[in-house]
Amino acid sequence: MSLEIYLDLFSQPCRSVYIFAKKNDIQFDYKKISLFEGYQYSEEYGKINLLRKAPAIKDGDFYLAESVAIMLYLTEKFHTPDHWYPADLQKRARVNEYLSWQHSTIRPHGSKMMWFKLLIPKAFGTEIPKEKMDNAVEDLNSSLNLFEEKFLQDRPFIVGDQISLADLVAIVEIMQPVGAGMDVFENRPKLKAWKDRVRAEIGAELFDEAHQAIFYAQEAVKTMDPEKIEHFKPKILRYFLS
Amino acid sequence: MPLELYLDLHSQPCRSVLLFAQINKIPFEFKAVDLSAGEQYGEEFGKVSIIRKVPVLKDGDFILTESIAILQYLAAKHHTPDNWYPTDLQKRARVDEFLSWQHTNIRTHGSKVFWFRGVMPAVTGVPVPKEKMDAAVEDLNASLKTFEDKFLQSRPFIIGDKISLADLVAIVEIMQPVGTGLDVFQGRPALSAWRDRVKKEIGVEVFDEAHKVIMNVDTLAQTFENKGLPEFLKLKIQRMFN
Repeated sequence: MSLEIYLDLFSQPCRSVYIFAKKNDIQFDYKKISLFEGYQYSEEYGKINLLRKAPAIKDGDFYLAESVAIMLYLTEKFHTPDHWYPADLQKRARVNEYLSWQHSTIRPHGSKMMWFKLLIPKAFGTEIPKEKMDNAVEDLNSSLNLFEEKFLQDRPFIVGDQISLADLVAIVEIMQPVGAGMDVFENRPKLKAWKDRVRAEIGAELFDEAHQAIFYAQEAVKTMDPEKIEHFKPKILRYFLS
Repeated sequence: MPLELYLDLHSQPCRSVLLFAQINKIPFEFKAVDLSAGEQYGEEFGKVSIIRKVPVLKDGDFILTESIAILQYLAAKHHTPDNWYPTDLQKRARVDEFLSWQHTNIRTHGSKVFWFRGVMPAVTGVPVPKEKMDAAVEDLNASLKTFEDKFLQSRPFIIGDKISLADLVAIVEIMQPVGTGLDVFQGRPALSAWRDRVKKEIGVEVFDEAHKVIMNVDTLAQTFENKGLPEFLKLKIQRMFN
């Protein structure tokens, strides 16, 4: 099989690529990697993706990183149904707008909650100072508010009547804090209704399968070998708590 | 109704949008937004965009935020030369890959250094603690190294022989810390050569004009003093990089 996709489904952008490929029956060689075990730092993986992040693809001789770029590449190469990335100028712009905005909002704010609520305290044994936790929750709430007020509004999906890459990228990021035990859908009926719609469009089985690692995160962290992830500790603590 | 672009040239993404429109002779009305006076938080601007950031495009009734989405929209609508956003599958993927990566790398770290060197001292009256400053510069250096090692390598431009949106977005971000007196090009001959190439393609005069404001950023302290920085803005700025 000429298309290889390197994935760790604990990672949000890996889930969107996985779901997209599966949903569109794109044939690929699933290369499962473990970020917690540090495989991204290996010499082997450095040849696949110098940025040392997941997801990454290898399509024959062509290597590509960044989930958004990967999905745009796949939509084009495999001529997926128009609604994923509409040819219409304004609809496409709306998808691009969301895909751009989310990098520095929902994505980091959602990621942070997984680290703050679960991984750092349970796996590293380090407590998060209250002020930092409160700020992190506030940031995520602000992003979710903007998501509802600007990107979703009263539409069934971000761009209108049909699901697009925007919804797919949004849902995998919004699910991340859920895995840490934070119910982001509580008191957000519109967001919850959208999530249910998106899950139904993707297919409940595929959605749930892709999110297994997240659903079991709280359990998994109990048996996580602290020695294995020790190498992450200084980097993570510096990134989040400096 | 002409195209309206809401811009403040202190902002990197505003510069890439301005330059792209100018280079491609796309007629537009320049709607100045004064970020140092907190104009983006006013009622007027709120009617344009509740995200309260710049740039914003208003094309008749169609309002679009996010510079990447704006650039992609303008390229498609105005049928700009292919090199900016190539139709070739792999070349386009390379542009998309950079445009995705840059959000949380060059953009974040260049902005942070700019804020720490140019804005925070003007707002708080004291320099940023050395440890924080050093960490910010270290992160910027790491991003610049990745830029050179992965995205540029020994090519004239990011994706090959011709300039693209990737180079345009990269240059405006890399220029941000330069205005505060941190010459990121010093000791980086490959990066300097690339910058000269990009400037030439854009047009040296046009490039310099767009960057005039950022190269005179030591006047910011005086600007804040003259206008009086609103308290809410002061608090927002102080919280921003904590």
